[in-house]
Amino acid sequence: MSQHRIRFTLNGALREATVSAERLLVDLLREDLALTGTKDGCSVGVCGLCTVQVDGAPMSACLLLATQIDGAAVRTVEGLASGGDLSPLQEAFIGEGGFQCGICTSGQLMAADAFLRDHPDFSDGEVTEAMLGNLCRCTGYYGIRRAIVKARRS
Amino acid sequence: MRPFSYLEPETLDEALALLAEDVEDTHVMAGGTSLVILMKQDLVRPARVIGLRKLAQLRAIDAQDGLRLGALATHASLARSAAVWQYAGALAATFAAVATVRIREQATLGGNLVHADPAQDPPVTLLALDAVAVAMSTARARRIPLEELFVDIFETSLDHDELLLRVELPPLPAGARATYLKFLPNTLDDYATVSVAAVVATGADGTCGHARIALGGVAPIPLRAREAERWLVGRRLDDAAIKEAATLAAAATDPLPDLRGSAEYKRAMAAVWTERALHAVA
Repeated sequence: MSQHRIRFTLNGALREATVSAERLLVDLLREDLALTGTKDGCSVGVCGLCTVQVDGAPMSACLLLATQIDGAAVRTVEGLASGGDLSPLQEAFIGEGGFQCGICTSGQLMAADAFLRDHPDFSDGEVTEAMLGNLCRCTGYYGIRRAIVKARRS
Repeated sequence: MRPFSYLEPETLDEALALLAEDVEDTHVMAGGTSLVILMKQDLVRPARVIGLRKLAQLRAIDAQDGLRLGALATHASLARSAAVWQYAGALAATFAAVATVRIREQATLGGNLVHADPAQDPPVTLLALDAVAVAMSTARARRIPLEELFVDIFETSLDHDELLLRVELPPLPAGARATYLKFLPNTLDDYATVSVAAVVATGADGTCGHARIALGGVAPIPLRAREAERWLVGRRLDDAAIKEAATLAAAATDPLPDLRGSAEYKRAMAAVWTERALHAVA
């Protein structure tokens, strides 16, 4: 019913968009900006598929109105690689088999990336707690954990 | 999601003026984690949503006359706050125990309290810490003991034109010890089946001079177990006294049966977890 002009950075680049009040961030990313790396899973903030970073903090893109990211820095899985080079975390997910079907992977990566930045010396308990909101229905949790531990070392 | 009009006031006065217009079906949004789900599921159908994100002063966390927590402080910022840790580690741990890191980064203290979900964590510990909510409208400001904020499941005593500004916690009695325990038989990001906060202080002779017990998930609103508190004051916190207090606390509950258990089971667990909480602080 109301339209809003928003300005934000997306993976480091300044973006502007006009959105309706009820537009969700996940739909803005996937449908308007064609960044389909971010997935929409449960749509109620539980599964973690749509995890993105807003000003560095992991959040559910399915629970954010697009208007809420006006003025913020948004980072999606498309922002992890630099140029053609995958990030050490992405390489670790490949090396350790940190995924099976792949639907949860972008969310796992964005959650793990935020966790590694904030916890350079993490304990096993901390990684479990930080990642418990990112579900993997293939139950690939051991591979995901190995990948995060490996990325800490690299 | 149905279309609605979104308004983003720049100042508190502007926000209060918008609320005073008394336009039907106006909802206030803080972090949005609950409201967005309710709108998606068509459970609430606001014509207007007033977003508070620009009211930066409501994010403040101050160690002033105890502790003052702004309504827009996120759970994550409260869990990380040195002032909150210094006041009571159990309070910081309570905010850290809410849902997942994503929810904690987005959801706010004020949104949590106004949503009035009886299974939530922060109201329980805040009740045990004698929290007072401060609310304001264009007409008045008032202080509401937290116990009087909660009226029923998803219902508070705030008027339509009132905005929750902050929560104030008085200084704790000397030597007070606090804990928050959350019974999670399913997954760590679940709502508690039963949760208990306990705050006690004992004198030099070992008798209890201050006792607060609050429970979550066991009634349509979070509860203070006042009879159990009165039982403990003046007594030594030995096994027998704690056992009796736990029995009294369970008797005060009025659980709703749901997928986390029958009313009978939740009442039994309220006794078990109250006993554990009291042993942790005795």
